[in-house]
Amino acid sequence: MSEIKNYTINFGPQHPAAHGVLRLILEMDGEVIVHADPHVGLLHRGTEKLAESKPFNHSIGYMDRLDYVSMMCNEHGYVKSIEKLLNIEAPIRAQYIRTMFDEITRILNHLMWIGTHGLDLGAMTLFLYAFREREYLMDCYEAVSGARMHATYYRPGGVYRDLPDYMPKHAESKWTKGKALKEVNSWREGSLLDFIEHFTDYFPEKIAEYRTLLTDNRIWKQRTVGIGVVSPERALQLGFTGPMLRGSGVEWDLRKKQSYAAYDQLDFDIPVGVNGDSYDRYLVRMEEMVQSNKIIRQCVKWLKENPGPVMLDDYKVTPPTRDAMKNDMESLIHHFKLFTEGYTVPKGEAYAAVEAPKGEFGVYLVADDSNKPFRMKVRAPGFAHISAMNEMVKGSMLADVVSVIGTMDIVFGEIDR
Amino acid sequence: MNTSLEKQLKSHFGDLISNIVSQHGEITLEVSPKNWQQVCLQLRDDSQFLFSQLIDLCGIDYLTFGEGEWQTDGVSSTGFSRGIKQKGPGRFSWEERETELMEKRFAVVVHLLSLEHNMRLRLKCFAPDTGVLAVPSLIKIWSVANWFEREAFDLFGIIFVGHPDLRRILTDYGFIGHPFRKDFPLIGNVEVRYDEEQGRVIYEPVSIEPRVTIPKTIRKDARYAENQEELEEEG
Repeated sequence: MSEIKNYTINFGPQHPAAHGVLRLILEMDGEVIVHADPHVGLLHRGTEKLAESKPFNHSIGYMDRLDYVSMMCNEHGYVKSIEKLLNIEAPIRAQYIRTMFDEITRILNHLMWIGTHGLDLGAMTLFLYAFREREYLMDCYEAVSGARMHATYYRPGGVYRDLPDYMPKHAESKWTKGKALKEVNSWREGSLLDFIEHFTDYFPEKIAEYRTLLTDNRIWKQRTVGIGVVSPERALQLGFTGPMLRGSGVEWDLRKKQSYAAYDQLDFDIPVGVNGDSYDRYLVRMEEMVQSNKIIRQCVKWLKENPGPVMLDDYKVTPPTRDAMKNDMESLIHHFKLFTEGYTVPKGEAYAAVEAPKGEFGVYLVADDSNKPFRMKVRAPGFAHISAMNEMVKGSMLADVVSVIGTMDIVFGEIDR
Repeated sequence: MNTSLEKQLKSHFGDLISNIVSQHGEITLEVSPKNWQQVCLQLRDDSQFLFSQLIDLCGIDYLTFGEGEWQTDGVSSTGFSRGIKQKGPGRFSWEERETELMEKRFAVVVHLLSLEHNMRLRLKCFAPDTGVLAVPSLIKIWSVANWFEREAFDLFGIIFVGHPDLRRILTDYGFIGHPFRKDFPLIGNVEVRYDEEQGRVIYEPVSIEPRVTIPKTIRKDARYAENQEELEEEG
């Protein structure tokens, strides 16, 4: 009989279940994984080094491109860090808008996650459903910033502009006209807030549909229950945050514990798992979508009742209005200085974190009295999660690797930076 | 709450910490490499701290800290060129510039989180100026330090003593240099292209010139100066 030895296989970097450019070197004993060595960095763009070479505001757009499925949450982390260094605070309406868009982003992210995770494990239908709903939320992004994904909407001192009073409508086409056109435009008669309210009425039913498809599905449970189990102690040691930590039963959410924006004014719950396996993390994320929907509804209500400024009135940091710039010499000078040089940030260092859909997204900034950050470090939740890959898949079957990659909800934009 | 943490840290560690700074409601502890592991272990296990999570670990290079590319203190008659022709970081190749040895150039910065007491702490450890650029590894105290330390090694060349698997992580296989050091050019040193004759991807020196569109400008804004004075009076 020939001697049977362990062998290594190469998983990725081009693999449909690798969620991007993950290269995994798997040492296998038959179907069982002995050791997994993830190779990351294939998408490394040096975002932090780039940020050191340009004024503070120029890097907001780079934040969208880190975790490219939860764009505005990344912006929030960066902007919060600058605001801390400058010792300024955005007006209350901007805080509510940020809260609302953070939660819209959370739903966007979790829909993307459930779609692709489902697809990896053989649930094709869900992918199509999830992407159908994502389309509405991207329309909200577009209405407010002009871009469907990379919004660059948050600014130090507030948000770029107030919510629009109207929603763009679908145009008539060969396939959509008459009654059908009226139907697709029926949500779009009012303002953006009306549109979002329509969505929040519609969405809970859809989550119920996803649950019907998955929660008691035999195949789904076979692929997720008891897979990638992490104990609470290990989860803390491994630097898990967000749903990965809560799935293991640790009740920790920055929105509650270190509240920011308008979260302390709102009513919502934090779902927590019990067993720390893929299935529990699935349940946690599904419930988070329900809670996000609830938060959005409260924000819409508040925003409808409370008009006001969305940007700080401090021309040293925020640009003056077009009107003021044309009529007032001082505003013109401020505008010129802001757009040619940017604002300078006093010497110091600050770390600000937000509860991004994937976990704690933090930005550590070091400033040296200049108009550019001296050092920026992005703390990406996915980086800590994927570093636990070996521990989570060791001893399980090859097919479970796909389930574990899915449950980590990894996006290489933020891991490789 | 932060002032009480500051007091606790001072009384508990005493000489083990070399400096303690409180700014923007955040506390930064400076620890020497010698005491690095001991302080961290106590921060994790002592019941008044219980920093059970290491949130982030990163390197930092203080070369050119506080150096601007455009002197704005005096009036100049040379117009726009004063911004473009200045020799500041990012505009020249480092071989041409004399670099003097800098004290306290590299540091490792760690962010800790205590779930029990709901507080954060920043630790800073300057690597020794002479000899090997080495700091003890924290991998035995927080497992997550593994990849973060690999990253800091990759980007800054800081060696973590006791790390079992200190490989490059973010840069290319076979990469030369440590790209996040301030004396590493933003445009890099090599570029890749597919060579048709050789039938493979080859590396060549970069063919572009470094260019800065907006110079780094140091300004001591009066508003902040006032704030600073107030703070100093208080503290």
